[in-house]
Amino acid sequence: MSIVSKEYRTISQIAGPLVFVEKTEPVGYNELATVTMPDGTQKRGQVLDTSGKYVVIQVFEGTAGVERAAGVKFLGETMKMPVSRDMLGRILDGAGDPIDGGPAITPEDRLDINGAAINPWARDEPKEFIQTGISTIDGMNTLVRGQKLPIFSGSGLPHNDIALQIARQAKVRGSNEEFAVVFAAMGITAEEAQYFMNDFERTGALKRAVVFMNLADDPAIERIITPRLALTTAEYLAFELDMHVLVILTDITNYCEALRQIGAAREEVPGRRGYPGYMYTDLATLYERAGRIKGKKGSITQIPILTMPGDDITHPIPDLTGYITEGQIVASREIHRAGIVPPINVGASLSRLMNAGIGPGLTREDHKAVSDQCYAAYAEGRDLRGLVAIVGKESLSERDRKFLDFADAFENRFVRQGRDEDRDIETTLDLAWDLVSMLPVNQLSRIDRKYIEKYHPAYKKSE
Amino acid sequence: MAKQGEIYRVAGPVVTAIGISPKMYDIMQVGEEGLMGEVIKIDGDKTIIQVYEETSGLKPGEKVIDTAQPLVAELGPGLLSSVYDGIQRPLPVLMKSMGDFIKRGVSAPGLDHTKKWHFTPTAKKGDQVVPGSIIGTVMEFNIVHKIMIPPGISGTLDSITEGDFTVDETIATVGGKKITMLQKWPVRSGRPFEKKLLPDIPLVTGQRVLDTMFPLPMGGTGAIPGAFGTGKTVTQQQLAKWSDAEIVVYIGCGERGNEMTEVLATFPELEDPKTGEPLMQRTVLIANTSNMPVAAREASVYTGMTIAEYYRDMGYNVSLMADSTSRWAEAMREISSRLEEMPGEEGYPAYLAARLSEFYERSGRVVALSGGLGSVSVIGAVSPQGSDFSEPVTQNTLRIVRVFWALDSKLRERRHFPAINWLTSYSLYTGNLDAWYKANVAEDFPALRQWAMEVLQKEAELQEIVQLVGSDALPDEQKMVLEVARMIREIFLQQNAYHKVDTYCPLPRQYKFMKLIRQFSDLSNRAVESDVSVDSIVELPVRNRLAKAKYEENIDQELDAVGKEMAGQFESLGGKA
Repeated sequence: MSIVSKEYRTISQIAGPLVFVEKTEPVGYNELATVTMPDGTQKRGQVLDTSGKYVVIQVFEGTAGVERAAGVKFLGETMKMPVSRDMLGRILDGAGDPIDGGPAITPEDRLDINGAAINPWARDEPKEFIQTGISTIDGMNTLVRGQKLPIFSGSGLPHNDIALQIARQAKVRGSNEEFAVVFAAMGITAEEAQYFMNDFERTGALKRAVVFMNLADDPAIERIITPRLALTTAEYLAFELDMHVLVILTDITNYCEALRQIGAAREEVPGRRGYPGYMYTDLATLYERAGRIKGKKGSITQIPILTMPGDDITHPIPDLTGYITEGQIVASREIHRAGIVPPINVGASLSRLMNAGIGPGLTREDHKAVSDQCYAAYAEGRDLRGLVAIVGKESLSERDRKFLDFADAFENRFVRQGRDEDRDIETTLDLAWDLVSMLPVNQLSRIDRKYIEKYHPAYKKSE
Repeated sequence: MAKQGEIYRVAGPVVTAIGISPKMYDIMQVGEEGLMGEVIKIDGDKTIIQVYEETSGLKPGEKVIDTAQPLVAELGPGLLSSVYDGIQRPLPVLMKSMGDFIKRGVSAPGLDHTKKWHFTPTAKKGDQVVPGSIIGTVMEFNIVHKIMIPPGISGTLDSITEGDFTVDETIATVGGKKITMLQKWPVRSGRPFEKKLLPDIPLVTGQRVLDTMFPLPMGGTGAIPGAFGTGKTVTQQQLAKWSDAEIVVYIGCGERGNEMTEVLATFPELEDPKTGEPLMQRTVLIANTSNMPVAAREASVYTGMTIAEYYRDMGYNVSLMADSTSRWAEAMREISSRLEEMPGEEGYPAYLAARLSEFYERSGRVVALSGGLGSVSVIGAVSPQGSDFSEPVTQNTLRIVRVFWALDSKLRERRHFPAINWLTSYSLYTGNLDAWYKANVAEDFPALRQWAMEVLQKEAELQEIVQLVGSDALPDEQKMVLEVARMIREIFLQQNAYHKVDTYCPLPRQYKFMKLIRQFSDLSNRAVESDVSVDSIVELPVRNRLAKAKYEENIDQELDAVGKEMAGQFESLGGKA
């Protein structure tokens, strides 16, 4: 195309990650551009605003070293990702280029990285139970295929271990289908990245993984495209190659920081805490790329990880995320301090699709009842701890003391779990019954009589 | 008046065109692909257009065509059971023409223009008709779809024919003008009616906490605020499933794809408790998920409201749910910021309050132009950021709506569902509705509600003391208050949406529950006075039986049995005479 060959040397302004180019021929919105420095080095960018007067380009690699004498070319197309089955087992950088020393990827297709919204009518209901082997997730906040369930964590908490344990153990029972894992790192440290890589290699998971690495010292703006490359790859694997794909995105907080950086550079009117007003829509274009499609075998399940600044769940990043995702797994500093791993705060966690994935034929008929009972009793027991701090355990009633003991036992036996301990759903539910049986049976208001007779350790007749 | 201009600038969903001078809110075809857009600002020779479709690749210089028409909804037979995007394009049709993903440049009419409907006249030749007059009917599933004279036409009915017609074919003529079953109405203007009435009939939802404690009338406005994960969506879906409005319009505005899927998957399977037919047959769904174009999200609430008003005009009670109006407000904010407008609070445009009140004001119970009575009840979900109710969308909504169902994440953590906080919720309609409750449920219904609220209020006060000194330090009467409050909460307020019996509780049964709890309370107060211990009262089998009754198949007999054995069991406790 003629437009590809045309190079402009009309940069009028460089601000933060943005380059303004004047007097161009018509350039398309979201079109890809290259900026070539006089010494021949090239950077890539994307058009954010285009008009007869000037074109604004967001440069992925940052504008360090860009000068007004640099040349700008527009490529006449939006950003595309070359995809192929051979990507499994490969490690790529944040812009999608291999960094594992292997050969270049021969594309089977080139796909627009921005994707398109799945027609709600074409979506299929997520309802296949994924057994992660972690009791607090399987029993209390069940994950299903096609769900997006983020981990809300804080700095210094072992959220990576949780994500890795899920990636390692996740399976759909009664099927041998394995998950392909697409892992996108955005602005994490080399050390964290190494931790993930070692684990992938140790467990052989790398064979069925595609890894995108944008590290802390990589250009911040590149973080805007890294998750989109990962999700485009995931869509290809899931909806073209019929695979079940688990996408892990970490850390969304770094992604949002990059978004804010661009907003500031464009002098946009900021929304809450300086983040752009369109952050909800922008995050939705990532998170909504999960799900199942009618008539297709594959699925995309997303586990984004974000660290809540100051452990504040009302911060715009976790807040907006929670409005888009189907629940959240919340890691708690308090529980972690008590030495319990994985430090999942069951009370604050939630899986919105849980009810679709549990029950007879999926997990077990008593699942909902016993998990609701645990929830309620644990919440009550935790409230009582506050009271004990004031009046002492002695002044509690008999009943209240049982709830208090329940909360302690729940954390020690149900929440606490080894890094390689893979509990199947029966183990998890039986454990829950064991704990629930600490309470007087007339306090089990969430459980139907018939389940008590069938599953309660003190009542169940020998079957 | 140039009909064609060209693109000057593209920035996200906002496109600036030059060389054209359209009217505000005209629909434009933008670019070579003819993407649909709407004029939202005119600035000198520049026309600013919000585009309802993805704008990637659009270039300055491409053509822009003015259709000289505002955004209209197609109204006529075939609306029910449809699933639309924000600008009334049927999603199944889009899927057929562009596959599993929403691509662009495809237009699709809101109604099927090839399907034939059997038209039965109810008016006859020579009748005088005015806009809104009903001239005949079409069966749309089990709903009688009344065909009305469109606005702007009145006179003598020259001819009217029974038979099978498409929505484009002439069914009648008035003063030489052809009448079809299709009407087009600009979505941003309210449809006319004769007059608005005071809302004094409750919209019965079968949800105990709503019907008894915080009722919403037909034609009323309510808001459900809720931080994420408080069960807002489930509550709204329960309302859609069970409320006694004939027509349900559900707008999924900027919400999750999977959640819409759940609605799309469950609604067709749900049986309408009254007719036994699928609930979908009296429902219109609008699904514009969070990652679909933001401008179409902005339009979606108006599209839904116009459809709701259309059925109201036929004399139906319509309940409209918008989930979530916060996403709608955010769409306004996003577009406003692209326009570089001076922002109001938190970046929202200064006209936020005006838009919200205009929208809610389109609700109401009215005398339609045809003389029939119809209503549109609006339930808007707001999603306050960080559970901060002081944020602008929640605040501006609360200034308008009269029912507030405060979902509470603390209750959610306790698995108290529906997680509607009984202390912070309110309904300002109870005064209007009490006469109806007295006449149709029971004379003492308002009094029982009052009693229950007082007990719950008392509990909240006592809880503060208990937090300090523990419940053992309370005198027995107060301990009993806590126990009765617990019964109200656990037996009455909590309701399991997923349990086949408990999911719907008709008003007489709600009354019976409350009456039994009241009876239990009265008996136990008397027992406590006779020195019976609180523990032995709580352990009475009848209490447990009452608690479990809501899950029993034969619930009504069960409740009657509880009522019969209660007094006897209390007597068996003895105590001093």
